[in-house]
Amino acid sequence: MEKFTQHAGLVVPLDAANVDTDQIIPKQFLQKTERVGFGQHLFHDWRYLDAEGKQDNPEFILNAPQYHGASILLTRENFGCGSSREHAPWALQEYGFKVIVSSSFADIFYSNCINIGMLPVKLTKDEIEQLFNQAKSENIQLTIDLVNNKVISGEKTFTFNLDSFHQYCLEHGVDSIGWTLNKLDKIKDFEANLPAWQ
Amino acid sequence: MTNTLHSDTLNSDTLNPDTLSSHNTQATTLYEKLWQRHLVDETDGETPLLYVDRHLIHEVTSPQAFANLKFHNRPIRHPQRTIATMDHNISTRSIKIDAAGEGAANQLRTLEKNCKEFGLELFGMGHKNQGIVHVIGPELGLTLPGTIIVCGDSHTATHGAFGALAFGIGTSEVEHVFATQTLRQTKAKTMKIEVKGQVGVGISAKDIILAIIGKTGSAGATGYVVEYCGEAIEALTMEQRMTVCNMSIEFGAKAGLIAPDHTTISYVEGKEYAPKGELWQQAVADWKTLKTDDDAVFDTVLTLEAKDIKEQVTWGTTPGQVTSVDSTVPSPDDFNNPVEKDSCSKALKYMGLTAGMKITDIEINKVFIGSCTNSRIEDLRAAAIVAKGKQVSKHVDAIVVPGSYHVKKQAEAEGLSQIFIDAGFEWRLPGCSMCLGMNDDVLTEGDRCASTSNRNFEGRQGRGSRTHLVSPEMAAAAAIAGHFVDINASTSAK
Ligand code: SF4
Repeated sequence: MEKFTQHAGLVVPLDAANVDTDQIIPKQFLQKTERVGFGQHLFHDWRYLDAEGKQDNPEFILNAPQYHGASILLTRENFGCGSSREHAPWALQEYGFKVIVSSSFADIFYSNCINIGMLPVKLTKDEIEQLFNQAKSENIQLTIDLVNNKVISGEKTFTFNLDSFHQYCLEHGVDSIGWTLNKLDKIKDFEANLPAWQ
Repeated sequence: MTNTLHSDTLNSDTLNPDTLSSHNTQATTLYEKLWQRHLVDETDGETPLLYVDRHLIHEVTSPQAFANLKFHNRPIRHPQRTIATMDHNISTRSIKIDAAGEGAANQLRTLEKNCKEFGLELFGMGHKNQGIVHVIGPELGLTLPGTIIVCGDSHTATHGAFGALAFGIGTSEVEHVFATQTLRQTKAKTMKIEVKGQVGVGISAKDIILAIIGKTGSAGATGYVVEYCGEAIEALTMEQRMTVCNMSIEFGAKAGLIAPDHTTISYVEGKEYAPKGELWQQAVADWKTLKTDDDAVFDTVLTLEAKDIKEQVTWGTTPGQVTSVDSTVPSPDDFNNPVEKDSCSKALKYMGLTAGMKITDIEINKVFIGSCTNSRIEDLRAAAIVAKGKQVSKHVDAIVVPGSYHVKKQAEAEGLSQIFIDAGFEWRLPGCSMCLGMNDDVLTEGDRCASTSNRNFEGRQGRGSRTHLVSPEMAAAAAIAGHFVDINASTSAK
């Protein structure tokens, strides 16, 4: 996994709550056995007017020219709810997003992001509102400083919380399986004491 | 409906030591007990490591995990703890692996190859145990109380009905379980949902869970593990409890739990993979201890009166956008919260509904009875009772998809399949089918479906399609009438 310490980029404001993983990557694109090729289908049903994905929907915010190249997605509460498909964060990452900023995330989606090295940043509803308001009148750039847990927007600075181990893993690009395999003795001890029926 | 949702901020963290000493500080919830007994490692500064007893996999969320495992040259730590099935994108018209298209066939063959290579048991096409992953686990006795069960599928919460800690995981985590038989988990908060008293006649488990989600909203339990309890929950059969726990994820919960009792134990006894003989005795003795202590404290408590729960129908594009069948489609003005207001108007637009319209006036043209929420034998019996001797409306296409080959066989032996066929339903082969439409069981733009599945998200059953989540009884009644029906009012009027 790539290391993540700081990121600065353009924000695209997706003004919707409860965006589910079926929207992020519809089921017809889940038949791949590889990890790549999902970015082009990100938000397919919103992004394209036709089922084949040939005709851009001009009303969808990601298609607006001023947001091309955006790497930070600003969105509303309960982002990533629904199915556990990791294809959703894969699609967001492949499209170019490094950070998702929201007031809350669904649990499985949140872990999936951390596991692939994409940063989910949780701010308060009020802070999210401020950013949406700001985004109405101008293009905004944010700097996300993971080491100090800060989101910097011009003059303003917001603080976010992250589980210390998640932070460590992101900053160091930890191979979490390798990390756990270092604890094999503990796992073996645990297994030795499992009840026979279990 | 009277209920109280209160965050108990007065709980443990704010109690002073004097108050605590008069309490039993050891009192724990069922979730905490399950957590404690699976804790492998809790090193400072690291997310705790939990042991996984049972890992269920299917064709869609596993291929990349296998590929990465091979890339790193890592073995599967305990192949016998993983069971594989084919369910998500198989055809419901043919058992041929190629019947659902090239992409699906490629995933199915990849699963076959991987299972062979790593020595995993697979219930593939035509196997007697094949079926939807959350239907087969319980019916085969793979789902046991007191265990941790994971699967790369968010409806893994279903298995919580047995008092197992069961939750959905992503593909990176599938790989982690393969390699280590453990998972890193942050401890969740606890929520108790008590359904007091008894439900009225004709109220199903689906109505109970939809009513709960209607109260909490779609993210009401994010960050929580929920324990369902109370008289109305205890009265449920195992299959009904599975319907309730299945939809825990639809209001954000990490997992749903129901404490095991004699209903649980007698259901598990004798199942193919359940412990036998002396091991069974040991297991039962252990399972009897699995309950929340009387004075254990939950972070949040929600109480519902069972008698107030009516038949539920969703009107929007999240499961929380639900109401009772005898009411009307809400208006954005009914919501104070600006986000909910906006979600309501977006949902009405997508769903093609007008505020104020009676739910019973909503006409449907498709019916789907199936999915891991409602495709078990009791669900099919409930739907068959409604369908018996009636005819599906000529404006409606209706399909019934049993959850597994065992369910299918049982339903055929009981004559349920014939009842459906005589009434004009199509009787299909088991699979996830139109719950997510990865195969050819998809709706087309503008189709309106009464569905017994668990998600009414935009496009879930097909681009531009409209889904209303209901119980099997309501789906059958809607198939016949061509619109939703206040079943209980019409039965009591007769
Ligand atoms: S039936 Fe639907 S919800 Fe259940 S496992 Fe299959 S796709 Fe997932």
